[in-house]
This record gives sequence, structure tokens and C-alpha cells, in this order.
Amino acid sequence: MKMRHITADLRIVSRTYLRNPVALFFSLIFPIILISLFGLIFSTVGTGAVTLVVVNDDHNSLVSVEFLSALNDTTVVKVQLVSVSAQNFSTYLGQNDYPAGLVVPDGFQNDYYNRTPVNLTLYTNPEAASSTGTVLGAVQGVANGFNLRAVCSGTSCAPVVGFTTLNVGSQVYKYIDYLIPGLIGFAILTSPMFSMVDIASSYRKDGIFRELSLTPITRAEWLTSRIVWYVGLTFVTAGIMIGAGVFLFNAHVTLTLGVIPFLVVGPFFFVSLGMLAGSVAKTPESAALIGNIITFPMMFLSGTFFQVSSMPPGLQAFARILPLYYVIDGMNQVMLFSNTSRALLDLLVVLVGSVVVFLLAVRLFKWRDE
Amino acid sequence: MAAAIEVAGLVKRYGALAAVDGIGFSVPPGTVFSFLGPNGAGKTTTTEILEGLRRATEGEVRVLGLDPWTEGAELHRRIGVIPQDFRFFEKITPKEAIEYYRALFHTHVDPHTLLEQVELADKANSRFDTLSGGQKQKLGLALALTNDPEICFLDEPTTGLDPHARRAIWAVIRTLKREGRTVFLTTHYLEEAELLADRVAIIHRGKIIASGSPAEIIRAHGKPARMSVEGSPALAAYLQMNLGASAVMEDGKVSVTLSDKGDALKILTAIEASGLPWSSFSTTQDTLDDVFVRLVGQMDEGALKSEGTP
Repeated sequence: MKMRHITADLRIVSRTYLRNPVALFFSLIFPIILISLFGLIFSTVGTGAVTLVVVNDDHNSLVSVEFLSALNDTTVVKVQLVSVSAQNFSTYLGQNDYPAGLVVPDGFQNDYYNRTPVNLTLYTNPEAASSTGTVLGAVQGVANGFNLRAVCSGTSCAPVVGFTTLNVGSQVYKYIDYLIPGLIGFAILTSPMFSMVDIASSYRKDGIFRELSLTPITRAEWLTSRIVWYVGLTFVTAGIMIGAGVFLFNAHVTLTLGVIPFLVVGPFFFVSLGMLAGSVAKTPESAALIGNIITFPMMFLSGTFFQVSSMPPGLQAFARILPLYYVIDGMNQVMLFSNTSRALLDLLVVLVGSVVVFLLAVRLFKWRDE
Repeated sequence: MAAAIEVAGLVKRYGALAAVDGIGFSVPPGTVFSFLGPNGAGKTTTTEILEGLRRATEGEVRVLGLDPWTEGAELHRRIGVIPQDFRFFEKITPKEAIEYYRALFHTHVDPHTLLEQVELADKANSRFDTLSGGQKQKLGLALALTNDPEICFLDEPTTGLDPHARRAIWAVIRTLKREGRTVFLTTHYLEEAELLADRVAIIHRGKIIASGSPAEIIRAHGKPARMSVEGSPALAAYLQMNLGASAVMEDGKVSVTLSDKGDALKILTAIEASGLPWSSFSTTQDTLDDVFVRLVGQMDEGALKSEGTP
């Protein structure tokens, strides 16, 4: 493989791309539109009742049930009882993305009747400011009501029911946090796939591959130059998306070098796959059809717009056979969860897949006929 | 000197159909060889086999001593090719296209000089999608010359071009010949072949039906030169009797076959001596076009008869 050939072709690709306003729009402006659109839609979803997960260690005593019922009656929170030990409650909330939780301690009713100060434990997520404010207000209001009813006499009121607030055990992530790796994955998939499927069939139809076959550039060099271009483009797109997510929606992402391998291997896979799909098709129309059949399920089921864990089990199993799932999951692991071992596993899956698809594409994509 | 192109017993089959059916020819270096034929005759298939873009079913093909299919990479460094209806990356300018090819072929050709040679220097910085058909073909020609080729394959390079653009391409082909390059020109413009080619092969239904220099082909397959005179059947009979020449009435004129140039003077003298009325005269000779139409027509007629079509 000769670098001179790859760099010469890269100059052609970049000029072709940069002189195409539509391509520029989809690379530079569209990511911001996507982030803004989905960010706005889903950041306003939380205006309804906030789910308040409750562990009632007071064995459903009359007072505790009355307290929780009063909370529910506020309509701004929706009480959801769970059976989890108080020790593991914080972790449970974090793992299940609940924004708030409350522990009613054992002996709550007794303490209340005995006028002994008793503390509820309220877990909130400071990053989810609006739901935290809602829950704090609701619990504070109901506790005040109970305190007034219990102890006020004359001019002094000594509060009985108090609460301490704690942050949930692990970070609770907002939709926008997941959306950024998801949409970077979306760009890694769609930009090379649609473009390469089209190029593979139209260059063959227009005789451009025939022209290239008469020059010393090889198919592997030509495909490599495309991969290099799309890797570069992915870095720009990812930068734009992260910037838009952080500045417009205060998204939480960890900018780590660990994301770089995914921004390289992702385009490597999908440029090769696009070329492979375009090569096996006989006509531009069938190439577009094959491209769509491959791209669209992946676009929606790999964790781009919605987390895979929120999908039905059958679809979750299906998602795990989609290559993009591993790209997005890997980015989630490094950008959100700092889970290196799982990210490495994801990377390995995509890397092996990329090498196989690249070799197949180089073998099956012919630029001269028998 | 070894032939630049040597073809023997070449066959290309697509299923039961033989697109090229056992042809053979040889092109000496430094000459312009024109491959003529109607659409679908097998011209492009043959050309693509010579360029290493298609594999022959049978036969021996050598271009610059190389097997085009198995030694294509080596061959492509030494030949230049312009296909029919040349297409390139739409947003790229001619200057950038030549720089691209220059980097791929690792040559040091100056884009401006090359574009001047094909009369495209004024469009050096215009994008490909803004060029006219003729300008695109000129760029194809310039790219085919980037690697200083020994053989240029030009597949119908002037099809669809206006007369001015066509003449510009012809001028470049003449320059290529002057520079000592071999030119393999595929065309269905007979005039183009007659003007430019040293040797011509006419292919039809996958077979070569005539070959040689344009003059040789006309001599071998055309009607002899004739003199036509406005006159009566009596004049025709007089000439037949006194000159022993083949004189017949054709379209109301006396038509006399000329064996050589001197015959014209003898015939005019005999006409004058006959005392019969006559007026204007003209001489006619078959062109390559006439020969081509006749040969292709005869072959089609023969094919129809053998297929039993009424």
C-alpha cells in the first residue's frame, strides 16, 4: 500500500466533499440540529410527576402510609414502593436511573406519636435540577403539614419529621448524556454508509472505477483513503455534537482518549460495509435498497436515540447482533461509565468485524469485468 | 520491429453469444490503427480486452509484449486510455485531475503544458461538471497522456462532439502520431478513419470483414472509379463498341468504368469523335463510407438469408 496514492486520493475526496454544500450541511449543521431537536424534545418530558422511589422500613404503618399518600396527593411526585434494603438503595437508584428516592425509617410511626424527632432520608440527583427541586418541595411540604398537625401548640412549633438529603449513589444520567454517544454513533453509521453505497454503484455506472483501474492506485488504497476521510469527518462531527450537547443542554460527558478508538474503528467498519453493500448490488437502485435495509434497523435499534436497556427483551437481543450497538455501547462505557473492560470488549468486536468486512469489500468490489 | 499490438484468434463469448468471433490483426508501432464497425459490432469489447479491462475467452493478445489481463498493472503504466463518454469526479478541476494522475503515476508532467496540448488551458480551474462534452473528452485525452504513454487507446473520442471540438481532437491525434506514439482509434465515423488512420480494420458481428490501408480497402471492396456523362443510350453503345469499355446507362447518364487515370482523356476524345449529343461530365470513386455500408449490408443480407428470413 503506497501512502502517495492514498494522500493523492484523499485530496480528491476532501475537495469533492468540501465543494458539496449538501454534504457539508449533513456533516456540520445537521448534527447540531439533531442534538437540539432531541435535546429539546426530551428535556421537556420531565414536566409531569417525578417518580419518587420509596423504601418503607416502617412496615406500612398507618402514619407512614398516610405520609406517602399525602406525597402522592401533591400530584408533582408519583410514589413507587420498592423492596430494597436501605443500604443498597442508593446504588439501586443509580443503576436504574431513578431521579429521587425516599427511605421511611423503622419506628417512624412510634417516633411521630412520641414527638421524637425522626429523619427521613431523601436521595436526589443534583444534576437533574428540576426533578430535585420538585421532590424537595413536595417532601418538605408534606413534612411541614405533619409537623404542624403533630406538635404545634400555642406559639411554638417543634418539628418532629425532618429529612436529610443525600445524593444518589452513582451518577444519574440525563437523556442528553446518552444522546451524545448515540448520535455520534448515528453519524458514524449514516454518513459513510449512505455515501459509500451510492459511490460504489454510481462510480461503477459512470465508469469512474474503470478510469481508476487504469491507474496504479489499488482498490485497498482507494478504500483506505475513504476510511481516513470518514475518520477525520467523524472527529469533526463528534466535536460538534459534544460541543452542542455540553453548551446547549449542559450534558455530562467525560472527554477521554478512550473514545478515540471508537471514532476510528466505527468509520472503518461502516465505510467498508457501505462499499461491500454497494459492490454486491447490480444497479444503483438495488444498492440504495440494500443500504437502507442494513442502515435503518441499526439507526433506531442500536441505542442511538433510545437506550437499548429501555427496549423489549426481544429487541435487546436483536440489538446485540448489530455492529453499531457495540460502537455506541463502547462510547457510553468510556464517556459515561468509565467502564474500560467492557469498552475494550466492544472495541474488539468492532475491530474484528471491521477487518473482516474490509477484506470482503476489497475482494468483492471489482473495478474491471470478467 | 515488434508489433505494438498483436491479436490472433481472439474470441469473447457472453453465454452463447460470441461478441468477438476469432479476430486477428497487428498494429505496428508509431501508426494510427482505426477499428471501424457499426454499434454492437464488438469494437468496445475488443478494445477493453486490449486494455486489460476484460478477459478474453480464447485467443492470443499481446500489447507491448504483455498479456493485458494478467500483466495489466505493468501495461497500464505504458498506455493511455480515453473511454467513450469520459466521466470524472464532478467537483474536480482539470488541473487537479492531472495533479491526481501525476501523483498516481509518479510523473512530473506540467498540468498547464498538458492542458495547452489538448486546448483546454483556459478551463484549467473549472470544475468538471461545468465543462462541455468536448471539453470533458479533452480532459480525458489529457489524463490519458499524463503517463507519457506508448499506446493511446481512443474509444470513439469524438462521438457527440460538434465539428470544431472534433477537429481539435483530430489535431491532437495527429500530434500523437508525430510524437511516435501508436494510436488505436475506435470510431464509427468513416471520415475520421480515412483522415487519420494508416490502417483500418472493419469489424461486424464480431468478425473482421476487411482490413488494410483505407486506399487498399477501397480498391479491394469498392466499385471502380467511373465517369458519368449526360448522354443517350446510343452514346453508351458507341463507347462500348469503340473503346471496349464497360459503358452502361445509369440514372439517365452514361456511366463508364475507369481502369486508370488516362482512361478519362480517351473517353472524352471518343465522345467528341462520336458526334452524338452530350453535356456535363463528372468522375466518382467509392469512399471508405461506401465500402463500409456495402460490406456491412452484404453481411447483414447474408445473415438474414442463412437465418431463413424472407
